Amino acid sequence: MSTTASYNDRVVRQFTVMTMVWGIVGMLVGVIIAAQLAFPLLNFDIPWLTYSRLRPLHTSAVIFAFGGCGLFATSYYVVQRTCHVSLFMPKLAAFTFWGWQAVVVAVAITYPLGITQAKEYAEPEWPIDILITLVWVAYAVVFFGTIAKRRIKHIYVANWFFGAFILTIAVLHIINNLAIPVSLWKSYPVYSGAVDAMVQWWYGHNAVGFFLTAGFLGMMYYFVPKQAERPIYSYRLSVVHFWSLIAVYMWAGPHHLHYSAVPDWAQSVGMVFSLILLAPSWGGMINGIMTLSGAWHKLRTDPVLRFMIVSLSFYGMSTFEGPMMSIKTVNSLSHFTDWTIGHVHSGALGWVALITMACVYHLFPKLFGTKQLYSLKLVEWHFWISTIGIVLYIAAMWIAGVMQGLMWRAVNDDGTLTYTFIESLNATYPFYYVRLLGGLLFLTGTLVMSWNLFMTWRQSTGIVPAPVLAPQAA
Amino acid sequence: MSMGWQVYVLVLVIFGILSNWVLLRWTTRYEITHKPEQGETTGHVWDEDLREYNKPLPRWWLRLFQLTIIFSIGYLILYPGSGVYEGVLGWSQAQQYAEQVEQAEQKYAPIFAAYAEQSPQQLMANNDAMSAGFNLFGNHCAQCHGSGGRGAVGFPNLTDDDWQWGGEHEQILNSIMNGRNGVMPGWATPLGGDKGVTNVAHYVRSLSGLEHDAEAAAAGQQQFGMFCAACHGAEGKGNPMLGAPNLTDDTWLYRATLDSIKHTIANGRNNQMPAFADTLGADKVKLLAAYVQSLSASTAAADSAANSTATADAASAAQLAVQ
Repeated sequence: MSTTASYNDRVVRQFTVMTMVWGIVGMLVGVIIAAQLAFPLLNFDIPWLTYSRLRPLHTSAVIFAFGGCGLFATSYYVVQRTCHVSLFMPKLAAFTFWGWQAVVVAVAITYPLGITQAKEYAEPEWPIDILITLVWVAYAVVFFGTIAKRRIKHIYVANWFFGAFILTIAVLHIINNLAIPVSLWKSYPVYSGAVDAMVQWWYGHNAVGFFLTAGFLGMMYYFVPKQAERPIYSYRLSVVHFWSLIAVYMWAGPHHLHYSAVPDWAQSVGMVFSLILLAPSWGGMINGIMTLSGAWHKLRTDPVLRFMIVSLSFYGMSTFEGPMMSIKTVNSLSHFTDWTIGHVHSGALGWVALITMACVYHLFPKLFGTKQLYSLKLVEWHFWISTIGIVLYIAAMWIAGVMQGLMWRAVNDDGTLTYTFIESLNATYPFYYVRLLGGLLFLTGTLVMSWNLFMTWRQSTGIVPAPVLAPQAA
Repeated sequence: MSMGWQVYVLVLVIFGILSNWVLLRWTTRYEITHKPEQGETTGHVWDEDLREYNKPLPRWWLRLFQLTIIFSIGYLILYPGSGVYEGVLGWSQAQQYAEQVEQAEQKYAPIFAAYAEQSPQQLMANNDAMSAGFNLFGNHCAQCHGSGGRGAVGFPNLTDDDWQWGGEHEQILNSIMNGRNGVMPGWATPLGGDKGVTNVAHYVRSLSGLEHDAEAAAAGQQQFGMFCAACHGAEGKGNPMLGAPNLTDDTWLYRATLDSIKHTIANGRNNQMPAFADTLGADKVKLLAAYVQSLSASTAAADSAANSTATADAASAAQLAVQ
């Protein structure tokens, strides 16, 4: 390989830009449905705008469009730099970009039309599922092909996590979506009843574990030490928590089905493996946060690093909350309440979105040939606006959730239920307003960031290809 | 569970837990023989400046990890989790549910048994009983009939004095205990299509004194006598034995519009109220029946004072006050 070759950053740039575009779209839809819960008339009696159709659009847009594009961008960027080669099969990489955008657009059209498999986080109907599979296989070929042609013996830890994420999502997606099509836009799953529920939540929870955790830990392992300019805290900790994380996550799914038709033994297995998951999850947080030891002062001056550390803190918080909620006794209070929504958003906004935004802040000037961001002051503003937004959001949902759980189980002296369901709903309204405000703040932060990135791009005097670096002798 | 699956589950569960323990043991053993120097990295460098320290596993983290593993093993000994093995405690969710229901029965059943011995009139005058009735209604009936019992399209209003299946205590009791299945067949074909349906619809509206086409109603009257009178009676006053509504009182389960009435006549209606004998038991149902009667009775009492909607509000407000 010639030393003047450069990294393939074109596809990284494309995915980075679309990360922000889909981020705005997904969060906007989130704000709209939060507003609908607070003010139900906001669906205007138009079927395409009902909560039931927009909610999966929101979840898919933020997870698979915003988060997905972020993962594609960072994994392509990281794997090239840590293997010291350019991407394997660049045309296939370009296909993954256009294919993934086609998936997102197809989803954005079919969900509002009511075309859905009605499987949470796996709503796309079978033709879209096939396209996802093709894109994903191409992604695996590009990623693992790049690993295979690396010029350095050791595979960097970020790539283990990206690799585990890519492999597992392929398996999860294919198995959960096995279905028999009856028409172009309708199919029925091959599973039924409790088995269908088990497969769905094996998929659902591992989508959290591998898409929203392993993938973003991959980001963390490259961008945190880069931004902090410090070595990773502990190699052996990364080995232990990687293997235990991917082994244990696989089992945690049944905690979504406590006290259901799923057999007792499966529920117990789901619960104990969720508890064991606490330490492996925290391994990643420790490795990220402790990487800063000796460089804590940088938090004062570097708002991007602050994004990273706060996201790791939210990660630690929600991975503590998760195992607690998987305990049957706790779950019997929290299940079906807004507590779950709060938990998900402390992970999704606090961890996934903040770490992605930090990485995009880190990447953007490098990708677009500017020395630095347009304004660090705006990054500060973004940081505070989003952090306050997240805190408002999750605090509102925690209080609402615990309140709902307690109201539903309150019993009078004669054994009748103290509250009707509608009373618990009425009591939740104030928290829906606060949640809407929190979501609105978070979206505002994202818009501030987009403006900052746009102005950064305007400063660019032209993109300079980044040369492939020669591996350094140890 | 077959033997094959049993072994499969056991092996995976035990392997899944113990492999974590082994991994921790192996790493901590390795740490004893491979103590890194201060500031020493693994020696690998990526992308110019990416390096890794190799610090030992934080002890508190290691202990936390081990604690969760020990807890899990203990939990799986006590509770079901390893395939068909039921656990030392012999716990199951079905049994937990049965026990809790049993406890609640022991504690609360006497209260409702005492209510059941009172007459409906006594119950209606008993604030505690009506408060319990309000709570039962809110959680079992309000989903369809509304919090105030005023119903919705397809769900009868319980606060007026019009009863599909009869308003006597025994009849209401029977409706709640065993449920009701109101079936009206569709008449589009016997009536000869849209014209016949429209004629009968005008006649039905005329029965309640609503605006109608007199000519069409006159034509519909004859067909009404042939097809509808069997259930609704020659005068259209209905038959509670069959659940056939009175058509002359301007009270409508499916709206009074010509279109809605035409739809009912052409396609029929099939409406079901579930039975509550099994979920609530006879004692609670008796209390509910008295409560439902009270909704109608309080309306009737105040009927001269205001229109029925406002009093239904007052009735539910009064019940809230009892709360």
